[in-house]
Amino acid sequence: MNFDWQTAWDSVPQLLQGLLIALQATALGYVLALVLGLAFALARRSHQAWLRLPVAFFVEFVRSTPLLVQLFFLFFVLPTVGLELSPMWTGAIGLGVHYATYTSEVYRSGIDGVPAGQWEAATALSLPRRRTWTRIILPQAIPRVVPALGNYAISMFKDTPQLTVITVAEMLSVVKALGSQNFQYLELITMAGLLYLVAALLIAWPVRIAERRYRKENA
Amino acid sequence: MTRADQITFDGVSKKFGENVVLDDLSFGVAAGERVTLIGPSGSGKTTILRMLMTLTEPDSGTITVDGDNLFQEMRNGTLVPAREQHLRSVRRKITMVFQQYNLFPNMRVLRNVTEAPVHVLGLSQDEAEARARELLEMVGLADKIDAHPAHLSGGQQQRVAIARALAIRPEVLLLDEVTSALDPELAAEVLDVLRDVAKSTSVTMLCVTHAMKFARDISDRVLMFNEGRIIESAPPAELFDAPQHERTQRFLRSLREES
Repeated sequence: MNFDWQTAWDSVPQLLQGLLIALQATALGYVLALVLGLAFALARRSHQAWLRLPVAFFVEFVRSTPLLVQLFFLFFVLPTVGLELSPMWTGAIGLGVHYATYTSEVYRSGIDGVPAGQWEAATALSLPRRRTWTRIILPQAIPRVVPALGNYAISMFKDTPQLTVITVAEMLSVVKALGSQNFQYLELITMAGLLYLVAALLIAWPVRIAERRYRKENA
Repeated sequence: MTRADQITFDGVSKKFGENVVLDDLSFGVAAGERVTLIGPSGSGKTTILRMLMTLTEPDSGTITVDGDNLFQEMRNGTLVPAREQHLRSVRRKITMVFQQYNLFPNMRVLRNVTEAPVHVLGLSQDEAEARARELLEMVGLADKIDAHPAHLSGGQQQRVAIARALAIRPEVLLLDEVTSALDPELAAEVLDVLRDVAKSTSVTMLCVTHAMKFARDISDRVLMFNEGRIIESAPPAELFDAPQHERTQRFLRSLREES
């Protein structure tokens, strides 16, 4: 089998465009996953059953069903109820909501890791509940889960090829488009794979640094 | 128990699983009184403090502070289990110092002490800081204002915890084995601070401790607990020097042997 270096090289600019779109979807989706995941975690700790139970159900439901199905759902069902979003936003929301169910578990483990004595001290000082969360519990819970949260950024990035099914022009879509013209899939897939690898390593870099720093602080 | 008591326990019982921790317990504490709770571990002393702090609920019985029922409130003419809002209002004048200090590790010493005065009492940042400096000076830690709790010794952390508790101007101060986690030398620092507090304030103090010398110095009354009941109650000189109950005698003897 011959590897056509010229084709491989020529495909790079277009692949990079696809990669940029994948990174954009990851960034949007990840911010959503961080914010929504925290909201889910807090809701599941609420004293209010009307809030806690539906959120618990929703989180379990989304976490236990495939991302691909959820993407289809958003892409085809939202417009029928009058919500027309671009493929990019649909994809970012799909990724964000799906990963929020994972990050909410990460936040939850961080919150559970704060010693009961911290809650008791806050009670002994009559600190308001909101203040207890924002100044005492979360500032202790979140730093210790930064590495775990970061790992989900890498996972999410690696799930972006699924967005091809909802017509987001990310890198796998570019491969398919170019491949349907020249059929040189070997070169295209190889180059895409290399670009995925480089991008994933770049995302992993700060996560590893955070991991090491956290381990040092707690050594 | 008299009507004038600030704190009353009336028929309070509590079980953890099969284990009876408090058994139909009734007693009262007057405003400004210093009461030490002694007895073997598991006899219910700490549970009493935790109930007053609303951290543990009794299975039955009534606890009042200044006439307010801690765990029940009147609604539509009937007594119902208290909601969070009620607990919040009744525990405002009560505070607690814990065995494990429980300082907020993400805040420097000064913030630990100003956090509640600013956000509970509504003091301005300047007022709260001025008061915090005073209190930290009183506990001998004026030079540690900007330190992180993790960089303090256990005794220093506990003294910060005492300053933090006093900063909310409590009427009732609960001390739960505050020197049990400390070396004798560090414990002595903490007990000296508490002697000062007892002397210079009129706060009601309920103190669970094994430090008998300290209990003798500060207490108006000592309660001896055994198996969830008070078996003896007397001023310290009386209870320590001439214990009536055989169980008290045995307990005090074991403490002396230990030290």
